[in-house]
Amino acid sequence: MSEQVFEPKIVGFLCNWCSYRAADLAGSARITHAPNVRIVRVMCSGRVDPSFVMKAFSLGADAVLIAGCHPGECHYIEQNYKAMRRFHMLRQTLKAMGVEEQRIQLVWASAAEGQQLAEAIDKMVDEVRQLGPLGWSGNWEENGERIQALEDIVKEHEQAMEVTA
Amino acid sequence: MAEKIGVYVCHCGSNIAGKVDVEEIAQWAGENLDDVAVSRDYKFMCSSLGQQMIEDDIKKEKLTRVVVGACSPHLHEKTFRRACSNAGMNPYLMDLTNIREHCSWVHKDRSLATEKARALISAAVQRVKHQEPLEPMYVDVNPATLVIGGGIAGLQATLELADAGYHVYLVERLPSIGGHMAQFDKTFPTLDCSACILTPKMSEAGQHENVTLLTYAELEEVSGSVGSFKVKIRQKSRCVDYDACTGCGICVEKCPRKVLDTEFEAGMGNRKAIYMPFPQAVPRVPVIDQDSCIWFERQKCRACEKLCPTDAIKFDQEDELIDIEVGNIIIATGWKPFDSKKIPQYGYGRLANVYTSMEFERLCNAAGPTNGKIVMRDGKTVPKSIAIVHCVGSRDDRHNPYCSGICCMAALKFGHLVLEKTDAEVYSFYIDMRTNQKNYEEFYQRLLGEGMRFVRGKVSEVTDAARMPTEQGKLIVQCEDTLIGRQQRYPVDMVILMGALEPQEDARELGLKCGISCSMEGWYTERHPKLDPVATMTDGVFVAGTCQGPKDIPASVAQGAAAAARVAGMITKGKVMIEPIVASINEQACSGCKICNNMCPYNAIEFIEETETSRVITALCKGCGTCVAACPAGVITGAHFNNKQIFAEIEGALWDALQPAAESSSQAETVPASAS
Amino acid sequence: MSESAPTSGNGNGKAKGKLAIYWAASCGGCEISILGIDTKILDVAAAFDLVMCPCIADGKVRDIEKMADGEIDVCLFNGGIRTSEQEYMARLLRQKSKCLIAFGSCATEGCIPGLGNLHNRQEIFDNSYTSETHSTENPDNVRPQAVTEVPEGKLHLPIFYDTLKTLDQTVDVDYYLPGCPPESPRIWEAIEVLLSGNLPAKGATIGENTTVCDYCPRTRKNKKIKEFKRTWEVIPDDETCLLEQGLICAGLATRAGCGALCPQVNSPCIGCYGPNEGVEDYGARFLSALASVIDSEDPDEIDEIISKGIPDPIGTFYRFSLAGSLMRRGKRPAPAATSQ
Repeated sequence: MSEQVFEPKIVGFLCNWCSYRAADLAGSARITHAPNVRIVRVMCSGRVDPSFVMKAFSLGADAVLIAGCHPGECHYIEQNYKAMRRFHMLRQTLKAMGVEEQRIQLVWASAAEGQQLAEAIDKMVDEVRQLGPLGWSGNWEENGERIQALEDIVKEHEQAMEVTA
Repeated sequence: MAEKIGVYVCHCGSNIAGKVDVEEIAQWAGENLDDVAVSRDYKFMCSSLGQQMIEDDIKKEKLTRVVVGACSPHLHEKTFRRACSNAGMNPYLMDLTNIREHCSWVHKDRSLATEKARALISAAVQRVKHQEPLEPMYVDVNPATLVIGGGIAGLQATLELADAGYHVYLVERLPSIGGHMAQFDKTFPTLDCSACILTPKMSEAGQHENVTLLTYAELEEVSGSVGSFKVKIRQKSRCVDYDACTGCGICVEKCPRKVLDTEFEAGMGNRKAIYMPFPQAVPRVPVIDQDSCIWFERQKCRACEKLCPTDAIKFDQEDELIDIEVGNIIIATGWKPFDSKKIPQYGYGRLANVYTSMEFERLCNAAGPTNGKIVMRDGKTVPKSIAIVHCVGSRDDRHNPYCSGICCMAALKFGHLVLEKTDAEVYSFYIDMRTNQKNYEEFYQRLLGEGMRFVRGKVSEVTDAARMPTEQGKLIVQCEDTLIGRQQRYPVDMVILMGALEPQEDARELGLKCGISCSMEGWYTERHPKLDPVATMTDGVFVAGTCQGPKDIPASVAQGAAAAARVAGMITKGKVMIEPIVASINEQACSGCKICNNMCPYNAIEFIEETETSRVITALCKGCGTCVAACPAGVITGAHFNNKQIFAEIEGALWDALQPAAESSSQAETVPASAS
Repeated sequence: MSESAPTSGNGNGKAKGKLAIYWAASCGGCEISILGIDTKILDVAAAFDLVMCPCIADGKVRDIEKMADGEIDVCLFNGGIRTSEQEYMARLLRQKSKCLIAFGSCATEGCIPGLGNLHNRQEIFDNSYTSETHSTENPDNVRPQAVTEVPEGKLHLPIFYDTLKTLDQTVDVDYYLPGCPPESPRIWEAIEVLLSGNLPAKGATIGENTTVCDYCPRTRKNKKIKEFKRTWEVIPDDETCLLEQGLICAGLATRAGCGALCPQVNSPCIGCYGPNEGVEDYGARFLSALASVIDSEDPDEIDEIISKGIPDPIGTFYRFSLAGSLMRRGKRPAPAATSQ
């Protein structure tokens, strides 16, 4: 591997009422944590659409964090349970695609848990750093022989045309 | 049409600029991000000069979108929305991204913090392109208010509003208002007679022209939202005609069936099958306890009916559902005492002379079963020594981790009452003495002076197993005195367990009906623990008193008044703004699969049978977006958080992750053309 | 590419349009479905000259290559892009066609061949040429070679890609017609739209923008699922929504167009018509909806309900759409396989 330390890029979906405020609190309390999570605010963890996660991975995220209020403490009463169910379904699906479990994490953090959220972020960044880059964007690209093969077809057809012409 | 975006990166003095290279980011955004027309950095964006800068740019540069990189939207989203509004731009075309709390304040490395801030700005720029103008909605506020719970907090709220001229429906589950405070003898630290200060409020509420009292009634169902709630109340059958009854009490007097009163008397005394909980009850209309009434048991007796001078007894009376409409709801449902039997080593329920604090309240209450005489269970022996055990079920991970807040002071009050009325020795077994309100510490000092004994330690056991002659026939309190570091045994005659305050059993259920959430323990969650302690996350629903967390009477009263003030404010304003962040369904494309209908805890998604499609009732929608994420057909849109906006935000946040891939992407490479 | 309508020939002396139908990684079912429009095929023949359709008519690639750019009016392209030859043909037909239509599930979202994206070339070849399946007998371990030297010179075989791509991941596509295969009446409706000249916006899917449930006669009451059942585990009643009976029916996430054929015969929808209008990722949408109605709040129980009821999440949620999904494929062990 390269001598540079791998800094994973993580997209974090934080709910407006608990976890986003927890991150705010971590800020006001100056609780230092890893800078790898790029936060996207949603009203509720229940808003996190599995396709957001897919989108983030396909665009080059190395991991995705979903954070919400604790079960039973949801601002919207019980919507984080739906987030939890989707998270489990999504994680099993991603696993079948070969995405390691640590790359998709669900964390509960109340508005008062800046410290806990910061710790969860640090832990996650460490785990993903161990795993290395996901490298999904471009996961579907073919290697150079594809271009060669296409050139060959063009050449072959041109030659064939010359013969018949 | 391309947007013209203005990007504003705030220094926040050195709060952001100290860790993030704001000048460089502003320049970079201006040069590298598509559609960015203006990009500036400024010392304090939230200052009037900073806002003015945005307003001027919107006007001069004809900006169509604004991105501000500064602090948390919870702090200044409104500020910048207003600035945009002032300049004639729809406020929902602005995005504030948080590069302070989420970035400069929490990251050590300047270059990494700058990179993160850059990604956040990029995300906001991509997002804001897709934001749509939204118009806030306004609804009228019905001036009537529902107060749930007739304890001191609910009473206070009721009277404040009623006195201000607004109608209040006060719903109480028990036959009388008054709550726990009505059970107390004295209140700490002033030793006011509880009944003397409470009952005037009770009767005022009972007689107030603006108050509709609904006792022995429970909340059945709430629908609607702030400004116009529709509420169904179940008026339980009293078996007494409310209007005909004069409250003379003959029925109670003549009722032959005596039962143990586990409610008001906490099991220390009896009541009749037809009863008023206590003499000063409001309203003075008894109820028949159908579980113990002889008529309901074996169709005999009817003594009350025969003797009632106004024919008010109605055995066939049924529960009645009452529909009311209110603009706001104040929940003041209070607390329930911890079940001390859960800690068997303290012996409650097994050892006769172990009492709960509520039992002891009744025991020393002049209107209580012993007329205020402090005697043991045999009804005559005056105890010579009493142990008061603190933190029973509080500050205990096995039961409740929190401090119940009032028990230390209640224990001191008990100590005082015992010392005043008897010659007994009083021991207080405390972990920490918590006396941090006005005149509380002074009361503690007074009790130290009065000779109450204090032992610092958590009681491990209360037993009647004597080890030495002096312990014979006594209750022995085993405790480590942590100040001297020794296990000690204290033989006493009576033990009082200061049980925790716990949330009502059905707090969560009631919260669900009203659309508010509870903490893990079951206390209602306020909107903000410091700055918004009586509002909840559901507009138009407020909390007051101990249902929000353990607290003493002054705090409950203050909260009741505060909640009333908030409601009065809403009524005075007449209209309430609703954030236009709501879901909507494209009914044309909806196939009526019914995934979403179950998804909404506010029942905001109705199914229309004729068209077999679902529809969002905008007034009920709180905008969480869960249905948007659940809709398998993708036909629900969440305003201000729609898929396009969030996809764009993700794309922007990962602008640098995409770059290496773009180089090798098939779009960029030259593929040989076909033969021709 | 062109915004204008294909030249329509209606027998009024107007020149006939040129139609090409091509197949890449597909099964041929799309062609059968085209023939399923029955006598209307004569109307098609009246309107178009069929310049290419390897399945039903002779046609030479060379003739297409000789055409001017944009000479073909409409090309119905079915099949995903799995080999270099298919990619070549996609590019060629794109260049020569005014209007390129991704026809059928394979071309629009990869379909069953796209599930090969859970593996790479190496694994697929190992399975096809080496593994001991009943249909494999290959003692010499012969494998397709991209180039084979013979006395007459070099013979080329197309190279096989690690990843199957949809048509629009390869070339620019004008319209989409989903379905595995597209139902014949829908094909005719699409042809009518093309002939009318009243074209939808570029990139549109020609079809409905609601889902299969809209056409399903079953009654839907309340969606709460404690257990997902496999089809052989229950005999469903024919009144109630299959999903409400625990069967994983994809009708709610799948674009309408088939008339809810499967659920009407007690068989759950498997999602061949792909995502509804505006949905970016079929599988993500479907799994989100399904997960949302799991009747449990306990993470362990949820995990168990899912792993017991949905042992193959990709096959369940991405049966037709893996290649066209946001993730496109499973993770590859190595950057790319080196040789065939």
